[in-house]
Amino acid sequence: MRDARAWVIAALLAALAALPWIAETIGQPALTGMMTRALIYGIAAASLNLALGYGGMVSFGHAAFFGIGAYTVGILYAHHSSGEPFLGLVPGTDRLVLTIPAAMLVSGAMAALIGALSLRTSGVQFIMITLAFAQMLFFLFVSLSAYGGDDGLIIRRANEFMGLNLRDKAVMYWLCLAFAAATLFVLHRVVNSRFGMAIAGLRQSERRMRAIGLHPWRYRLAAFTLSGMGAGLAGGLMANYLRFASPDMLHWTKSGELMIMVILGGVGTLIGPFLGAFAFIALESSLAARTEHWPLVLGLILLLVVLWTRGGLRALILRLGRR
Amino acid sequence: MSAPVLQVRGLSKRFGGLTASDAIDLAVAPGEIHALIGPNGAGKTTLIAQLCGEISQDAGTIHLDGEPLAGLPPASRTALGIARTFQITDLLPDFTAVENVALAVQIRDGHSFRLFRDVRRDADLRARALAHLATVELVDRADILVASLSHGEAKLLELAVALATDPRLLLLDEPMAGLGPTESAAMIETLRALKSRAAILLVEHDMDAVFSLADRVSVLVYGRIIATGTVARIRDDPAVRDAYLGEGDG
Repeated sequence: MRDARAWVIAALLAALAALPWIAETIGQPALTGMMTRALIYGIAAASLNLALGYGGMVSFGHAAFFGIGAYTVGILYAHHSSGEPFLGLVPGTDRLVLTIPAAMLVSGAMAALIGALSLRTSGVQFIMITLAFAQMLFFLFVSLSAYGGDDGLIIRRANEFMGLNLRDKAVMYWLCLAFAAATLFVLHRVVNSRFGMAIAGLRQSERRMRAIGLHPWRYRLAAFTLSGMGAGLAGGLMANYLRFASPDMLHWTKSGELMIMVILGGVGTLIGPFLGAFAFIALESSLAARTEHWPLVLGLILLLVVLWTRGGLRALILRLGRR
Repeated sequence: MSAPVLQVRGLSKRFGGLTASDAIDLAVAPGEIHALIGPNGAGKTTLIAQLCGEISQDAGTIHLDGEPLAGLPPASRTALGIARTFQITDLLPDFTAVENVALAVQIRDGHSFRLFRDVRRDADLRARALAHLATVELVDRADILVASLSHGEAKLLELAVALATDPRLLLLDEPMAGLGPTESAAMIETLRALKSRAAILLVEHDMDAVFSLADRVSVLVYGRIIATGTVARIRDDPAVRDAYLGEGDG
């Protein structure tokens, strides 16, 4: 049984790894870029899902951590090319082995800070307060003219990583695929650990968890911070893919999109958010070409998924598979 | 009498104009089942909530084995040895019976910041959880989701979860509520067997259960303890008969 699952995962990874060649062969080279974006958003959505789906913390501000990850890469690059250290202290860099961990650390620290305050509340207040913090950061970056302000921050060259050419679409795709696989592996371990049980318990009944001796706030904060770090990783990758970081990445609509991906794919499941991200990107690119009112169609599809699939696309696929 | 496990002195709580707890003095001795009875609205659940730290008292002190509990949140009180069951069962519905107990065992072990090891392959944790399920005779339901358990089974599971925290004092808020006659009888036997493991403060409306289990009984009426004593004394106390026993089931 376990072996069978390992084979399925290996086969799936091999198929995904072959995608750039397949895309070339069938004459759809744009597919590689599309899939790269889907993988990156999948990482962000899966990270959000740790807080939202497993921990029951409905964060409406995860775009902030995504955007901060992107800006960390962008700002480090800007200082690398200008030669002046950031705040006169931190030298810039364009090395991926430094920028990605930095993106995760900075967004994790911000998630810890925002979480520490927001997790004093719950329910609707929590949704609103995470939204408010994220919007504050959005306006901060809009007004930060040293780093492009409203126009965003152009990153002239993608980061250096083991001599690979990250401008090459296929190379970037494989890099993101590796990060997505690593993210899934880590999340898989976390949700099945003692820690994972504790946060899933908190989602179901905080009162029960207190009664058996668990201090809710600490565990929620740790999960929220991890979740923010994952979103930061995705942001750092997106900055490398687009060679651009902009305030739009922190906008509340982006938080909403991440939530839609989670719900579309399957809340509280490992693979669901990735499926949701693929579906979202596929719908966006196919619909946006036909009508500028594509969000309306997306909304209708989301409605159908929520009303009829009982657990998102993942549940739908499982049910079709059993038939 | 040996030093009490639970010592409550002068405990008071007001909600606006309503006095829910009025200078309550209460002591539960080691190995004792101390029943707390009283009509609806007497403040029994409010008292339990203050003991386990869900609401704070306005005045008075609570000591557990001589340690003051003032200001401690519920989770810390559980760590010190107070466990409770809920009047309306409050379990984790997406988890199985054994997972509910295992979570309590794992928290008893210390912190749960173990992020990378698969908890479901932790045979030792499962074995310890199963031992607690055995105490309440629920082992054959171990892998059933809580949402699929019967009401009586959920009541027993709450007891097993409470035991898994390794308590010195059990606060049981109406463990018989909603149970059928056979289930009640089984619950009475289970509780009797628990006496040796922890002192018990038993809030209960089922007088048969109270009179067959309790070593001592305290009667709470309008937030005041009007009498405390052995079952025989309480049964014959005219004030108690007047305030409580005479009213309903005679």
